Amino acid sequence: MLLIYCPYCEEERSELEFRQAGDAHIARPTNITELTDEEFEAFFFLRDNVKGLTYERWRHLNGCGRFFNAARDTVSDKFVTTYKAGLPKPDISTLRPATEATVETYEATESNAK
Amino acid sequence: MADLIGADLATRTLPLSGFHGGSGAASLSAAAPATRLSLRAKPDAVAALSLALGLSLPTRPKTSASSHGRHALWLGPDEWLVIDENGADMMGAVASSGTLHSATDISHRNTAVIVKGRGAEVAINGGCPQDLSLGIFPVGACSRTVLGKAEVVLFRTAEDTFRVECWRSFAPYVSGLLNEAAEDAGN
Repeated sequence: MLLIYCPYCEEERSELEFRQAGDAHIARPTNITELTDEEFEAFFFLRDNVKGLTYERWRHLNGCGRFFNAARDTVSDKFVTTYKAGLPKPDISTLRPATEATVETYEATESNAK
Repeated sequence: MADLIGADLATRTLPLSGFHGGSGAASLSAAAPATRLSLRAKPDAVAALSLALGLSLPTRPKTSASSHGRHALWLGPDEWLVIDENGADMMGAVASSGTLHSATDISHRNTAVIVKGRGAEVAINGGCPQDLSLGIFPVGACSRTVLGKAEVVLFRTAEDTFRVECWRSFAPYVSGLLNEAAEDAGN
């Protein structure tokens, strides 16, 4: 079972208590009435879906109920860090150990999947 | 039929009324009716609300405060569940506090199962992923969490006793699941 650190409860809790809530740090445009349809689409619908480190909003739904942000690796599912909502993106270079073992993916060990 | 005149026709049926269950290791019983408050407030209102309720609202995660059968349970940074086992009018008390807050009477939305015995931790862990050992979840600790598919609020009232608060519509599911787990807890 995956344990997620809730910055409000100040302890690790089971993933069963949490819900993912989309990408974090998406700034709502201040001039939203002046946006073209394409610009609005980019803000409202389009997401990067990165492979690797991503910043997400999570909610401790069956706990304190608070939204918070998490830096998570989408390949290994490892939570690099979690931090309270409203705080800026943390500096990941200081959080990720340089010696971190690479995750064995199918592409790396068996095939290049082309 | 004449007897119906003046009779109390609107008798309330309590969820889990008369419920008993469990095993020798963990006995289950329905908690007595209580008044409950879902209370939300910013930090600057905590002092006045504490004064109005007659206990100090806890501000640390997973902690509670109790005074004369009234318990305030920390659920979130600005959210508390207040339970009064004496049936006192807490809505009136917080309304007289004179501070900005949100209070909702949820006395009849919730009901509670008391889990008691040496196997109480094991019985609750049958559906709840939290670490309930005494060092991590001491007497007085409380937390909103999950029990199987239902949301519950756990409150440890003694070393071997938990109060499991759940919504009344979940009560048959929660009591049934606890009953199954309590039977396993003795083994």
